[in-house]
Amino acid sequence: MLSKKVKSRILFLSLSSFLAVLIIFLVLKSLEKNVVYFFSPTEIFYDKEINIKKKIRIGGLVKEDSLIKNENSFKFIVTDRKNEIIVSYTGLLPNLFSEGKGVVAEGKLKDRKYFIADTILAKHDENYMPPEVKKALDD
Amino acid sequence: MIKNFLSFKILSLTNKFLSNLTILMIVILSTGIIYALFISPPDFVQGESVRIMYVHVPSSFIALGLFGFIGFASICRLIFKIKFISLMAKSFALIGLIFTLISIATGSLWGKPTWGVWWAWDARLTSMLILLIFYIAYILSWKLIKDQELAERISCIIGIIGSFNLPIIKYSVDWWNTLHQPSSITLTSAPTIHHSMLVPLIIMILGLLLYSIIIFLMKYKTELIKLKFGKKK
Repeated sequence: MLSKKVKSRILFLSLSSFLAVLIIFLVLKSLEKNVVYFFSPTEIFYDKEINIKKKIRIGGLVKEDSLIKNENSFKFIVTDRKNEIIVSYTGLLPNLFSEGKGVVAEGKLKDRKYFIADTILAKHDENYMPPEVKKALDD
Repeated sequence: MIKNFLSFKILSLTNKFLSNLTILMIVILSTGIIYALFISPPDFVQGESVRIMYVHVPSSFIALGLFGFIGFASICRLIFKIKFISLMAKSFALIGLIFTLISIATGSLWGKPTWGVWWAWDARLTSMLILLIFYIAYILSWKLIKDQELAERISCIIGIIGSFNLPIIKYSVDWWNTLHQPSSITLTSAPTIHHSMLVPLIIMILGLLLYSIIIFLMKYKTELIKLKFGKKK
């Protein structure tokens, strides 16, 4: 059987662990707006707490057939399949940027439907497969 | 089995056994590397840079796993006063630190061609950096505190506090929007990684795990010899 000393140590450790978890949870909860790396178009549209004057990041999928290219300027639609936002960007796009794939854009909102990006990052998803398999799946 | 680890019995482990383990590790690791670098296919989006994953994922996995052990050992040490178990944790710490560094470095090398940046302050990357800091703090508390009793206590506390970070690392990609992709291998659903890439990944995990165990056994034996012959350091 566990001795009294051991029992009190277990009690002390579990209580302090519980408190620690509670503190971490509350801190992360209150910092949620900073912990997320980007906002989705839906969050931009509905969450009025997002400061649209500040520099933010938005993310989602590049909508199929939405990319318009004009020399070095690009315009495309980022969607989360519920809401959409137009992104305009001047500069070089990352190699893995493509329609239907994930993207994160850094910049400022002009309004809740239009975003002017100064950096574009390609987001990779969790799917890994050889090109032949992808081709076979598409056919 | 566990009893053997928590006593001086481990010292009877011969060098012959260790070198046999090393040979096994070299066989597994070279199979894994050849499979990962030459036989496995490129990815349909990332191309050849997918091969970084065969080092990145095992390193991260081991880095998290070893700190998990350190946390568990620290709790056992504080509650049940098992002296040996904190020496086991101490022997694992440097290995974990190295694998955390490898994980961050390879991730960075992969991030540049994939995302377009070396580093991003997203939840996964930042929490991994915090793990690195905890590993450093844990090792330093053993090294720098002269009083062994105190060093042991403080490192245990660092080990326990640091463990709270582990579920945050693991679930950061599910709880928040991150640049880092979610896990491809989960307990609940089929892996979203093709089997021609999954097999070399698993071989690499086994190989590097075995490597960690071999280094651990060597370090642990050294720690026990120090303890037995009263050489305080």
